Amino acid sequence: MAGDVLAALRAAAGEATGPADDGARPAGPDGPDAAVVRPAGDEDVVAGVRPRYVAAPGSMAEAAALVRVAAARGLAVVVRGAGTRQDWANPPRRLDLLLDTRRLAGVVEHAAGDLIVVVRAGTPVAELQAALATAGQHLALDTPLPPGAASTVGGVVATNTSGPRRMRYGTVRDLLIGITVVRPDGVVARAGGKVVKNVAGYDLGKLFTGAYGTLGLVAECAFRLHPLPAARAFLTRRAGDAAEAGRLAAAVLAAQVVPSALEVDAAPDGRTEVAVLLEGTPRGVKERAAATRALLGGATVADEPPPWWSSYPWRPGDVGLTLTAALSGVPRLLAAAAEARRRHGVALAVRGSAGAGVLHAGLPSATPPDVVARTVAELRVVAGSAGGHAVVLTAPPQVRERVDLWGPVDGLHLMRRVKAQFDPDARFAPGRFVGGI
Amino acid sequence: MTTTDVSTLAATLRAVLGDHQVITDRQELRTYECDGLAQYRVVPALVALPRTAAECAATVRACVDAGVPFVARGSGTGLSGGALPHADGVLIVTSQMRAIREIAPADERAVVEPGVINLHVSRAAAPYGYHYAPDPSSQQVCSIGGNVAENSGGAHCLKYGFTTNHVTGLEVVTPDGDLVRLGGRAPDAPGYDLLGAFVGSEGTLGITTEVTVRLTRSPESVRTLLAGFTGTDQAGAATSAIIAAGVVPAAIEMMDALAIEAAEAAVRCGYPAGAGAVLIVELDGPAAEVDAQFADVERLCRDNGATEIRVAADDAERALIWKGRKSAFAAVGRISPDYIVQDGVIPRTALPEVLRRIAEISARHGVRVANVFHAGDGNLHPLVLFDDAVPGQAERAEEVSAAILDICLAQGGSITGEHGVGMDKVSFMPRMYTDDDLDTMQLLRCAFDPRGLANPGKVFPTPRLCGEVPGRRRGVHPVQEAGLAEVF
Repeated sequence: MAGDVLAALRAAAGEATGPADDGARPAGPDGPDAAVVRPAGDEDVVAGVRPRYVAAPGSMAEAAALVRVAAARGLAVVVRGAGTRQDWANPPRRLDLLLDTRRLAGVVEHAAGDLIVVVRAGTPVAELQAALATAGQHLALDTPLPPGAASTVGGVVATNTSGPRRMRYGTVRDLLIGITVVRPDGVVARAGGKVVKNVAGYDLGKLFTGAYGTLGLVAECAFRLHPLPAARAFLTRRAGDAAEAGRLAAAVLAAQVVPSALEVDAAPDGRTEVAVLLEGTPRGVKERAAATRALLGGATVADEPPPWWSSYPWRPGDVGLTLTAALSGVPRLLAAAAEARRRHGVALAVRGSAGAGVLHAGLPSATPPDVVARTVAELRVVAGSAGGHAVVLTAPPQVRERVDLWGPVDGLHLMRRVKAQFDPDARFAPGRFVGGI
Repeated sequence: MTTTDVSTLAATLRAVLGDHQVITDRQELRTYECDGLAQYRVVPALVALPRTAAECAATVRACVDAGVPFVARGSGTGLSGGALPHADGVLIVTSQMRAIREIAPADERAVVEPGVINLHVSRAAAPYGYHYAPDPSSQQVCSIGGNVAENSGGAHCLKYGFTTNHVTGLEVVTPDGDLVRLGGRAPDAPGYDLLGAFVGSEGTLGITTEVTVRLTRSPESVRTLLAGFTGTDQAGAATSAIIAAGVVPAAIEMMDALAIEAAEAAVRCGYPAGAGAVLIVELDGPAAEVDAQFADVERLCRDNGATEIRVAADDAERALIWKGRKSAFAAVGRISPDYIVQDGVIPRTALPEVLRRIAEISARHGVRVANVFHAGDGNLHPLVLFDDAVPGQAERAEEVSAAILDICLAQGGSITGEHGVGMDKVSFMPRMYTDDDLDTMQLLRCAFDPRGLANPGKVFPTPRLCGEVPGRRRGVHPVQEAGLAEVF
């Protein structure tokens, strides 16, 4: 029976690869002869759940044909890019077919004069940035990662990844101007376009951003780009405690130095640093750096970021969270973290965008699950009272059993209805998302 | 709706809202028959004027109970007929929900009711050194709720983005009549980005009852110049050079000779006499950055054939430079009895070719077209001039206006950059999107509004039957076919 499904998937991929094929077919990660469709192996396990089959479509047509087979046979599907965040969110309730996007790669169009790029979802972000840099441009989005990881564009969109420069440039939702998706029923659909300004029709790009693959396959994305700044400077300063970090951040926000990022790092031992990124013309950055240094009451000025910049404060296997708050609530989040360290004796690290109200927090994998649960509950109360949320992105299985990863979600009944419309049989990443979606 | 149905619904609404908040008088109803696009006129069956979110929700529930469509309206300044009433429906007007609830500079947020005028948010935030960035030309009269529905832009959205980039939270009445919060003061709320999907949905997913907006630190320095060119090619080349130099201006606006003539006649803005095109370029930000880049911009304008450059010395001079541009639409009334304001988008670099094609069509049809555009992001506002009193002219103008959108689409652009689809461009949606694209968008519509009562007939040419989706199966049951029963 498994052979039948494999044959059907292979036939779908083959049929779609006729002369009408719609795009380039770059070599797969395992070389040009790597099987497009194969039985799953140990390396394909998603958050502890092993799929039966893996298919790596090389074109939109192949992807659609494979998804149609999955639909006809009721296969549960998870989409995987580089797999750097497959441990995020809940494990899939069931999983048959892993759709690997890495052969669905390459820049379709880079119109430098229009500051836009259209790119296939499996393209590594680092590769995209390198291509854009030759024209003095970039996708102004940080992708905090363990070193060496090769996050894909699609993965970044699906998990709504962002980093320090979100303060100036926004996040995926602000940069994504068009999207092409394969619906769970195999229909290919596009929303938005490749012009920055466009209000025709619903903005489905936003709906698919951060949806963790529960609404379908993100196949192609169009982004607005920004020119690479001519100059930049990083200013770093130690802060005594959460309150001082908050005061420093507020002083920078209230001034006229227009930072591209305003970050804070609070290590498990309580050592806290505030860092500011300035971007612009050489002369402008120099003057602004001087002004910022004065605001901070002294700071180290460097061309390169501090070592912790744009990285998550946890290692693989640890507990990783996102904490959000209204801007004025950031010091309260930092203080709550310090309080949790004191009360529970946990090695809680906090780091993130004080200038945007989004922090990340990490707890070592060895932290007892009940302590993690209490810490998360306390942080959730503080974040909630500051207008934000505490979401557990990743955690060991024994923690997942005790903690609701997502916490309270506004509009959940509408989200369920959206899911029911796009994926009535709940086959795409079932159970991974909020409320069991 | 029969007269009895209307009376029954009016009585229900009066019980909820009070007598003065429900309009049934035909003469009074007529004042709501159109929005900013006056060629479409429909008198609504009823007008409801809720004062609170709860009243708004109760109004929607009454509509749902009666199976009556409803249309939301803010200030009625929209240019695509998005707030055009439904003859058998209730027009829900938010003009009595006008409180600015909070200005929170420490959070860089303001919380306002939907009827609040766009410019009033900036005014309220100004004492703290902040403003609300999206600035549609109608900002003195348009409402924030309307801006949310239309995802309004403005001259400064090149650098700062559109409404969708500046709204972080909403309270909405869903088409079921429920009050739901989407987003909030903090970013990245968990779950689907329904906030992002709602902004720009043109009233088809519900009605906004409270808006949390981002406040933007007002820039330390603003510098504005007006450059005259012999023609739009030169002005376009200057724009390209500025963008290529890595400058992101707060705004770059272009007007062609006919638009300049109209503006001059209307507001005497003193633009360079005889210029074939003018560019307005505005930079803002830290003084050190603006000064450095402003010198580059001046040079690039000169290098590309600027015949005259005028730099605003103060706010009064800046206001004068902007006056010509911001009054351009209305000013065209001075040189033509009637006109169509078009709104299309092209990749910015296609500007010279697109302008040539517009000129060809204009000549072929004998219809004058004045061009005003946000040159930085390729958003064109061709003004198609005609005289309704001359038989056949209105039809020819419509043809030219439609042909311009086809040119935009042929360049990979959009049929609307900021005015919305509304009623006006419904028939163009299938030219921009496939049936599958439109069907997919309507999945979202069906999730919010399965009965199709929220602003029906707008945005989508063919409504999707929402009931057909659940339980739908094609062919043999998949479990049977695949022999995968064990996975269920």
